[in-house]
Amino acid sequence: MNFSDYAPGRFYDELIASSGLPREGAALLVDQIGGLPDGDLRRRQEAAELVLLNMGITFNVYGDDAGAEKIMPFDIIPRVVEAHDWARIERGLKQRIQALNLFIDDVYHDKRIIKDGVIPAFVVASASGYREACVGLRPPSGIWCHVTGTDLVRDESGQFYVLEDNLRCPSGVSYVLENRQVLKRTFPQVFGASHVRAIDDYPDRLLQSLRFLAPEHIPSPTVVVLTPGIYNSAYFEHAFLAQQMGVELVEGRDLVVVDNLVMMRTTQGLQRVDVIYRRIDDDFLDPGVFRADSALGVPGLMDVYRAGNVGLANAPGTGVADDKVIYAYVPKMIEFYLQEEVILPNVQTYLCWDDDDRRYVLEHLDELVVKTANESGGYGMLIGPHSTAAEQADFAQRIKADPRNYIAQPTLALSRSPVIVDDHFEGRHVDLRPFILYGEDVYVMPGGLTRVAMRKGSLVVNSSQGGGSKDTWVLATTAQESDHA
Amino acid sequence: MLSRAADAIYWMNRYVERAENIARFIQVNLHLSLDQPMQMRTDQWAPLVKVTGDYERFVAGNGEATQESVIDFLTFNRDYPNSIISCLDRARENARSVRQIISSEMWQQINTFYLMVAGVHKGIALEVPDDFFARVQMACHTFTGIMSATMSHGEAWHFGRIGAMLERADKTSRILDVKYFILLPQVQDVGTPYDNIQWSALLKSASAFEMYRKRYGRIEPRDVAAFLILDPEFPRSIHYCLLEVERSLHLITGTPSNTFGNEAERSIGRLRSGLVYTDIGEIIDQGLHQFLDGLQAQLNAVNGAVSQSFFPINPTVST
Repeated sequence: MNFSDYAPGRFYDELIASSGLPREGAALLVDQIGGLPDGDLRRRQEAAELVLLNMGITFNVYGDDAGAEKIMPFDIIPRVVEAHDWARIERGLKQRIQALNLFIDDVYHDKRIIKDGVIPAFVVASASGYREACVGLRPPSGIWCHVTGTDLVRDESGQFYVLEDNLRCPSGVSYVLENRQVLKRTFPQVFGASHVRAIDDYPDRLLQSLRFLAPEHIPSPTVVVLTPGIYNSAYFEHAFLAQQMGVELVEGRDLVVVDNLVMMRTTQGLQRVDVIYRRIDDDFLDPGVFRADSALGVPGLMDVYRAGNVGLANAPGTGVADDKVIYAYVPKMIEFYLQEEVILPNVQTYLCWDDDDRRYVLEHLDELVVKTANESGGYGMLIGPHSTAAEQADFAQRIKADPRNYIAQPTLALSRSPVIVDDHFEGRHVDLRPFILYGEDVYVMPGGLTRVAMRKGSLVVNSSQGGGSKDTWVLATTAQESDHA
Repeated sequence: MLSRAADAIYWMNRYVERAENIARFIQVNLHLSLDQPMQMRTDQWAPLVKVTGDYERFVAGNGEATQESVIDFLTFNRDYPNSIISCLDRARENARSVRQIISSEMWQQINTFYLMVAGVHKGIALEVPDDFFARVQMACHTFTGIMSATMSHGEAWHFGRIGAMLERADKTSRILDVKYFILLPQVQDVGTPYDNIQWSALLKSASAFEMYRKRYGRIEPRDVAAFLILDPEFPRSIHYCLLEVERSLHLITGTPSNTFGNEAERSIGRLRSGLVYTDIGEIIDQGLHQFLDGLQAQLNAVNGAVSQSFFPINPTVST
């Protein structure tokens, strides 16, 4: 099995520059794969899948195969990111996260960006993640978004764009770490020779960032991960991160507020909790403040937070910046707060609340991708070129009924990367979700989740829509290499 | 540690221990039935269900107890909560909820173990049942071994140990209770080769045959009962299990031995010391069945006291 008859077509390919010719950073990998005996690659793929199954990184199948468990689709051919590309991504993400953080802090305090007319007030107030209860909150060190997973895509020229900011509870980092473990077993020689940057210290850095949030006078803070429970689709990740950090994994029912402190119920009685890495949405955090019917959260938690007696990551209210209409303003935020030029551009975005934009969108529904402003997971989307006239008519209705809630973007020719299909390679569209930690400083994990639309021609990479993943190899520069030596 | 996590580890270990016991009972019974006259082979299977205490439930759903129906019920029936597959399912779900506490190796073992049993073709498993049930038992032992070797023997480990030991004590008492009474009345058989096979099978059901031989030599019903109830060194005797439960409890709380700091310690201490100061003659005079019945009730009380003391669902919050 080799790449001799693999053609990138009109798309930018992450591994192959043109028929049979690998990109510089992928040369070693492509060469080694081409040299494997017949059937060897398939065996490695199967071995990798078995490892994932045994590790229990699975989801349940309903219907005919009830009881059967399947792994998330995983392709062993890694995606390679060259050092110079990565350098730009890293700088761009740091810039973006700082601007977003300043924005969140601003909208819950002075609202300068609104007063100065950069963003209309109604856009902020109507963002689904905006929480009136968070006005005036002062999170430790003014940091709101401690953990972010930003989705990047590449067009046919190879240019990287930001597609989405995920500042609530972005998931996927456990797959990044586990995929790497699997790939080290699958391609030990190539991996060793390729100067791939290490990502294994992520849990350690996450723990550091979380400890940084503890109330100041606590010398050895107790950190916990708060999960909705084993039936949550990201439960594996919650347990994985807690285990890797060596902290307790708690559910809402394990926590209780006593004397304005958060306590967990242990076998030795109640024990104080100082920092909560919460993997439940704002709405469910505290039934006294947000959704009253939530059984997942902790009554009284927000009072403790306001009193500065517990740290929360991410801070409540960060979801305001997850809104896809707010997203469109991030380049302006960067100019407004940092007075810098944007390093990583946005994808061109039409805002349907704007009359001119809306007219354009309605006339070009068959070309554009329309997204609901507050949905995630690949739901609430219209992919124009792949849609029927009836679907377009439906979206036209929806847009007219609630223009604020819709945006549209050109249908991107997303970059592709080869995946194994039976006995040959085929190109599949990919995106990239790097993870960013904001603690004492901003850290961008050198790697990220490469999500793959496993269905031929599909542009939707979300795991809830049949997407899979790949390991992401960020290559080291010579300087970084010698740092490690 | 979290009360909920302690509870999950306790039950994870109970379920693994339960699955292992059931697999062993079935395997021993399979061997035993091969040595029996053809017309008696079927009689061998009803007692096995009686050991579980769920005989009525079985009859209601399955009718007559044959080798096939009993094995299927005790192994693969997902609607029956104490079948091997149900035990493993719940052990794994409990493990999943405490993955941050147990070692990755433990999780992988319980996960692959469950997948092995869930994925096995029933027909093939029952064609070579010996192999299948041996694999189940070995997978349980592997789990226990991995747990011992990869997890710190701290609070969490001891909760697991308490769960396994209480389960084991319960199962040993049940198999002894059921078998002893089937075997004893057959006076005409006493001392015959057939009788010997039956008593040996009882010992094997508790993995006790070889160790019993070393301790007593000849197989005598009294000695078999004494060994399974009172031996302080054999790891499946009731006395041994209770000693282990008590030891783990005191290591968790730090309460000095021979005193108690909570209801769990009090109930186990009382039960365990009762065994120290009795002998098999006294037990048999009193009636073995009555004795074992009382013991099982006390084991349940210990289980309840452990839950009350350490895993209360809604602990009173003192403000």
